[in-house]
Amino acid sequence: MNTRNLIDIVDLSVEEIDQLIATAEDIIANPEKYQNACAHKQLATLFFEPSTRTRLSFESAMLALGGSVLGFSEAQSSSTAKGETVGDTIHTVSCYADIIAMRHPKEGAPFAAAMHSEVPIINAGDGGHNHPTQTLTDLLTIHREKGRLNNFTIGFCGDLKFGRTVHSLVNALSRYENINFVLISPLELKLPRYVKEEALKKKGIPYTQTTDLESVMPQLDILYMTRVQKERFFNEEDYLRLKDSYILNPEKLVNAKPDLSILHPLPRVNEISVAVDKDPRAAYWKQVKNGKYIRMALIMKLLGIQV
Amino acid sequence: MNIDSIQNGVVLDHIQAGKSMDIYKYLHLDELDCSVAIIKNVRSGRMGKKDIIKIDSPMEVDLDVLGYIDPNITVNIIRDGKQVEKKHLELPQKLVNIIHCKNPRCITMAEPQLDAIFLLSDPEKHTYRCAYCEAERKR
Repeated sequence: MNTRNLIDIVDLSVEEIDQLIATAEDIIANPEKYQNACAHKQLATLFFEPSTRTRLSFESAMLALGGSVLGFSEAQSSSTAKGETVGDTIHTVSCYADIIAMRHPKEGAPFAAAMHSEVPIINAGDGGHNHPTQTLTDLLTIHREKGRLNNFTIGFCGDLKFGRTVHSLVNALSRYENINFVLISPLELKLPRYVKEEALKKKGIPYTQTTDLESVMPQLDILYMTRVQKERFFNEEDYLRLKDSYILNPEKLVNAKPDLSILHPLPRVNEISVAVDKDPRAAYWKQVKNGKYIRMALIMKLLGIQV
Repeated sequence: MNIDSIQNGVVLDHIQAGKSMDIYKYLHLDELDCSVAIIKNVRSGRMGKKDIIKIDSPMEVDLDVLGYIDPNITVNIIRDGKQVEKKHLELPQKLVNIIHCKNPRCITMAEPQLDAIFLLSDPEKHTYRCAYCEAERKR
């Protein structure tokens, strides 16, 4: 049997994503049905870069499926600190675990890992490149908030250049019908050309680019906010200049649709003011919870487990 | 100008004028002991000017490298002084260890022992992307 990995969101077909969402919905409705689904299976979480939500949601997901977890949460506590390659680390861990979720600061590290692994590899974020399980989380959240994954206008706001969650979600949504993309960012942090070319232009999908969030707010059904990530900049001056480009507060939402859904992959710094948390349109805390359920569905799928 | 014809070897013809030294480098022709002739700016009815490389050795030419540099090159195989085969090239779908990623955030920069793999992303623009980080490389 060929090992299935999730390195890029496009590794999954639209049908497979729809099936994962259906499984996640069933897990939410009937959690007890899945509590022993992964009994005696082990998930390794290899985090070469810090994370709160992603690592804990993977671990929580595996524990809720009756499995167990092992791993490390920073590169310094692994043999990487001694100079071990990603390939050798993965080769070793795949002797102990049934499935591996890894985060790495270098882009493409999970692709390299998959070449050395005999067990499924899940990309839990590789530098500024991809973050497919966040995308699955986002898709489940949109599906739960809107009841569909087509026919809407979505605005992406903030750091669209280094924001890997944005790249993956744009790619994923480009495969659904009738979605308008509005790209809101400072000129220096625009969506990379290759993402626009591959995901949007080649498919003839309409998109608009702007630096002004408020002018486009009334047309949005979904607003996907992102943080300007300090760790992606080589130059601190550039980070300081751009970090406060967009701060969403209740005043900026005055002209927004009443059924807008506000998403954010979190963590936030100050790009969404705390006052927005009370707005019923804020969906980012629900998004966190959805992340666990969709990861449960994904782990089962990659392990070939059906309930 | 006279260049001796070869008995057993390879003639790379229809090289875009000025590109012959790139090919010399990519094919590591400097490592050969045999005669290698680089003929630049030869008059050509079709191309105006072209370069030609003659290699006096029956070596296996890496067609992926040549196809990447210029898919219009023709490869003529010479045996006993006669052309026995003429190969036409195309842009390869996959390049392994021919070009390297320049993205400082790419894992291949941190771990250079990994194979450098590029996949053809846009044949019209001759664009390749790193299989690891998707960074773009144009020819």
